Amino acid sequence: MRVGIAKAFPLRREGPAKLTGTALYTDDLVFPGAWYGQTIRSTVAHGQLLGIELDPAFDWSRVVVLTAADLPGENVVSLIKDDQPILVADEIRHQAEPVALLAAPDRETLREAKQRIHLRTADLPAVFDPLEATQEFAHFALAKGDVEAGLAEAELVIEGTYRVGHQEQLYIENNAMIAVPRPDGGMAIHGSMQCPYYIHAALKRALRLTDSQAVIIQAETGGGFGGKEEYPSIIAIHAALLAQRVGKPVRMIYDRHEDLAATTKRHPAIVKHRTGVTRDGRLVAMDIEVVMDGGAYCTLTPVVLSRGTLHAGGPYSCPNVRVVGRAVATNTPPNGAFRGFGAPQTEFAVEMQVNRIAEALGMSPLELRRRWVYQLGDETPSGQILRESVAGAEVLERAAEAAEYERIRSQTAHAREERSASAAPSSVAQLTSGAERTARGIGIALAWHGAGFTGSGEVKLASVASLELTADGRIVVLTGSTEMGQGTKTIFPQLAAEQLGIDESSVEMAPQDTSIVPDSGPTVASRTAMVVGGLVIQAATRMRETVEASTGRAFADSYAEYAGAHGGLRVDQQFEAYPNVKFDDETYRGDAYPVYGWACAVAEVDVDLDTGETQVRSIVSANDIGKVIHPVLAEGQVEGGTLQGVGYATIEEIKLVDGRYLNDRLATYLIPTALDAPRIEAILVENPFSGAPHGAKGVGELPMDVPAAAVVAAIHDATGAWIHDLPASPERVIAALHGIAPPPLPGISTISPRSVAPAPSADDAGAPEEGLDPQPEARTDPQPMRGPYQE
Amino acid sequence: MTYRFTVNGADVALDVPGMRRLLDALREDLGLTGTKEGCGEGECGACSVLIDGEVVDSCLVPVSQVDGTSVMTVEGLASDAGMDAIQEAFLVHGGAQCGICTPGMLMAARAYIDQGGAPVDEDIREAIAGNLCRCTGYTKIIDAIAAAAAAQPV
Repeated sequence: MRVGIAKAFPLRREGPAKLTGTALYTDDLVFPGAWYGQTIRSTVAHGQLLGIELDPAFDWSRVVVLTAADLPGENVVSLIKDDQPILVADEIRHQAEPVALLAAPDRETLREAKQRIHLRTADLPAVFDPLEATQEFAHFALAKGDVEAGLAEAELVIEGTYRVGHQEQLYIENNAMIAVPRPDGGMAIHGSMQCPYYIHAALKRALRLTDSQAVIIQAETGGGFGGKEEYPSIIAIHAALLAQRVGKPVRMIYDRHEDLAATTKRHPAIVKHRTGVTRDGRLVAMDIEVVMDGGAYCTLTPVVLSRGTLHAGGPYSCPNVRVVGRAVATNTPPNGAFRGFGAPQTEFAVEMQVNRIAEALGMSPLELRRRWVYQLGDETPSGQILRESVAGAEVLERAAEAAEYERIRSQTAHAREERSASAAPSSVAQLTSGAERTARGIGIALAWHGAGFTGSGEVKLASVASLELTADGRIVVLTGSTEMGQGTKTIFPQLAAEQLGIDESSVEMAPQDTSIVPDSGPTVASRTAMVVGGLVIQAATRMRETVEASTGRAFADSYAEYAGAHGGLRVDQQFEAYPNVKFDDETYRGDAYPVYGWACAVAEVDVDLDTGETQVRSIVSANDIGKVIHPVLAEGQVEGGTLQGVGYATIEEIKLVDGRYLNDRLATYLIPTALDAPRIEAILVENPFSGAPHGAKGVGELPMDVPAAAVVAAIHDATGAWIHDLPASPERVIAALHGIAPPPLPGISTISPRSVAPAPSADDAGAPEEGLDPQPEARTDPQPMRGPYQE
Repeated sequence: MTYRFTVNGADVALDVPGMRRLLDALREDLGLTGTKEGCGEGECGACSVLIDGEVVDSCLVPVSQVDGTSVMTVEGLASDAGMDAIQEAFLVHGGAQCGICTPGMLMAARAYIDQGGAPVDEDIREAIAGNLCRCTGYTKIIDAIAAAAAAQPV
């Protein structure tokens, strides 16, 4: 049932609206009489909320104030665990945590009211270092063979500890929600989001609404990257609570500062490796420990950790493997979904390790990977036999060849030797000429990425996509899958039309409105093209067969007639498990993913030896995505993901003081501009997945897994210095080059001198109340995991 | 006081505080929501518009400064004949993904091409360095601008 895709590819469906400025994003929507909402947030990392004080000099009749005491339903943002409150009731667990809500008819009043509300808090000791944290959100263990025996047998054991910090998704459209009361007592939400049905579930619970009373409508969405997977739920609830009280629409539009300060980031991680090899380059044992910092609440952390754990060994066949992953709580804002979802962290670490082992063995990093990379029939640490679409070796060769990896590597090695021969040990004072100041290097990294949900997630989701032939002869795709720039609205009509034998312009897309479209699962995990796209094709196949069986003619020539005669036709297609794909959640063994995508990046860099600044000159990224549905859109995913990986590698870092994000503005949290961006060459490779009717394996996240390690390897190739922590910022490069103390570890808050001793917070006029327990309470979480959730 | 200027060729008279951001005047007083706010502090370029042909961040410009000028926004690019050459090039080359940086990016591209910019990679990168995009990696945006610049009659 393989589908041949048309040669001519449709233009982005909503492209003209976006290009002419007529596409309506949330903040562009006008609701007459709407009020403006605002969130009052904590300014301590851990503390007791003693009181919320309203300045009596202010006229509070003009505004609405809501606190935890005013909530109509449970004080819970419904997700995996019920640990995150909608508003703090007593214990503050992180900076920028929502404590109260304000709404006013105009922005000026709102601004003034915000200045007149004060939180009285008493500090509690805060935990910032994940290695010191005692509360665990999740842990996983993978074992294959006998690691200790393997390490004992090895001729060389290489150890390494790699740390990565937070990364902000930095969609250019900030989070935004507008709540509009409905005549039936319910609430409509118009907003920027990836997962309308996540919000639907959370809103129903928070406001005690029925299914039909909660209506979630996606506005045009200006990027997500995982950042609009789960956090929009809390914003929608806040807006809805205010709208319910005011009785008018309420706009909750975050500005960049609030979005950066309060919303989820990529999890920081500490990954330790011990790898045993033989002198001739055989991989004998991998012992890996992963610790992720979940922040103050669970959010999606267990699934992020699971993906990180399952990918931690990289795409390499090894007889003895042990991976232990755990995620802990700290008093920092919760971390959540971000493109790659745990894999970029652990794959950075394993690729660093492989490149360092190649150096230790005096082997080419490319050659070492050729020997180690998974082949068809190999077994993964979870006991999965790789039965099809195994293309690590292919992407490796494609990228290495296109980038001329070995040729350039021999050039850079030569230049490095000349530099070290002609100059004494590098020091800033001795570097005078421009040629000496810059060193060029090349680096390579390889990755795999499990396609779709982890483990049994997709089966539990049981997603639905529908195709409708209306009585008046229109053909409409109905899915809950959202468009956030990746191309859902373009490829679904394309896939349906191809199967129906009609022009894609004859296929409409229903709006992403929960009162209209079914729950197709969240728009995450690179699953939209693969899983939901597959359902669309299956629905179209059934529709075509039904119509053609009835009319005896080709669908294209007879569907209008069929629609008139039968009053239309609707096909609901529900996901069925891929054949022979089984994962046991209890033992954590089996087919962790139905199939894998494979990617290889080769990066070339120039490192300024005076400033430590890295300019990534070019990146070649070869990605096996199963089937290319739309080459322009697929390349766009690879190029965009690659640049996010370059930012992760070189400049993107959140710095924290006392658990607060220090650089919480776009002037201080930097992402690559067009001048920072390298030339990116995307190579698309096709090894189809038999479980999906079109063979697609997903493309969104895969390219994010490889750039960071390739760039750091290139920095090493240029300078001879290994940077173990991301980002490889100028400070870290200089520190490594000159053997001086590196900057603080990424992802871990420093503590300001003022707050070393527990003291009343800045907002607190009085001393902590008597009887307050100064020790952090050991928190156990009785709630079972609800799921499935994914990136 | 009343500020008079043109927006996309049409005369405008606004009686608003002089320090009101041009961005807000466009979006809220004139209903031109094509211009987007990404950061509000001149870092992202999503709110880029042209004032007398020069690219500016409209979040940093008070209305009092545009009195007597000619302002062009994304809504002014297309005509009755359809999208302009740059918009078409973005559509064909895949220069717009989520679309939120697109209006500002188009204005920077328009200024570049109107000022005689050539289809040269480095020069285009410089011209759009003030406009952040998180989706595309810039490759297809640069391709689109280069294509539009190459097609421009000299």
